[in-house]
Amino acid sequence: MEVTHKQLRRCDLVTVSGRIDAATVKQLSDVLSEIKNAGRYNIVLNMKNVTYISSAGLSELIDTQNTCKQLNRGELVLAEVPDRIMDVLKLAGLTSLFKIFTTETEAVGYF
Amino acid sequence: MSRRQTLTVDGYYKNLKKIADFVTAAARQAGMDEDEVYAVQMAVDEACTNIIEHAYGGEGRGKIRLTCQPLPNGLQVTIHDQGRPFDPAKVPVLNPNSPAETRSPGGMGLFFIYRLMDRVEFQPSSAGENRLVLVKQRKTQP
Repeated sequence: MEVTHKQLRRCDLVTVSGRIDAATVKQLSDVLSEIKNAGRYNIVLNMKNVTYISSAGLSELIDTQNTCKQLNRGELVLAEVPDRIMDVLKLAGLTSLFKIFTTETEAVGYF
Repeated sequence: MSRRQTLTVDGYYKNLKKIADFVTAAARQAGMDEDEVYAVQMAVDEACTNIIEHAYGGEGRGKIRLTCQPLPNGLQVTIHDQGRPFDPAKVPVLNPNSPAETRSPGGMGLFFIYRLMDRVEFQPSSAGENRLVLVKQRKTQP
């Protein structure tokens, strides 16, 4: 799995690729924690090249969303979610928890 | 139909990828479509993660053995471990209609296993070994 992070003017853009499972989720978690610990809570997660996500990965997304939304200080939104990953989000009943954008530009423009 | 195949790995999360590659290949050989292959991969990944986390109580404390057996209409994956016996009745399975922000990671893995597979059987521990039998049926004949 690869995770890259770019701080933009109004939000932070995190791009993740590959498998998000119990072995790799810490890499993603570390990047997201660094952003939150710096007091920034508007986050776009581009999932275009994610090939797999397990409940370990989903739990990280839920935790991050809950932290960001506290006190209405921000939000985690998802961009370019592959069909297979969208199916998993739907199966777990999680699509209502995240705004999901077709393109990264739209997601960044939301903030 | 291809033959039965076995993989044994040490219980480390880094081996989840090796496990995924093994069951993905077996599911494809059993003639499954890509949706079915993904379902098998995910159910097995969740089961093995639970074994490392709960049955063994952490990484590097025991082995996981997987056997893939092609069936006339699908694939059976049997997962063996020597950790603490697991009673699925004691774990609350996620309700996908509950508020999403209240999800606990524990029940989510079990929820996926039950939703993605056609048969899920936690067999009682015998001779110190736990067995989980997972069966996925093919929608179409190859």
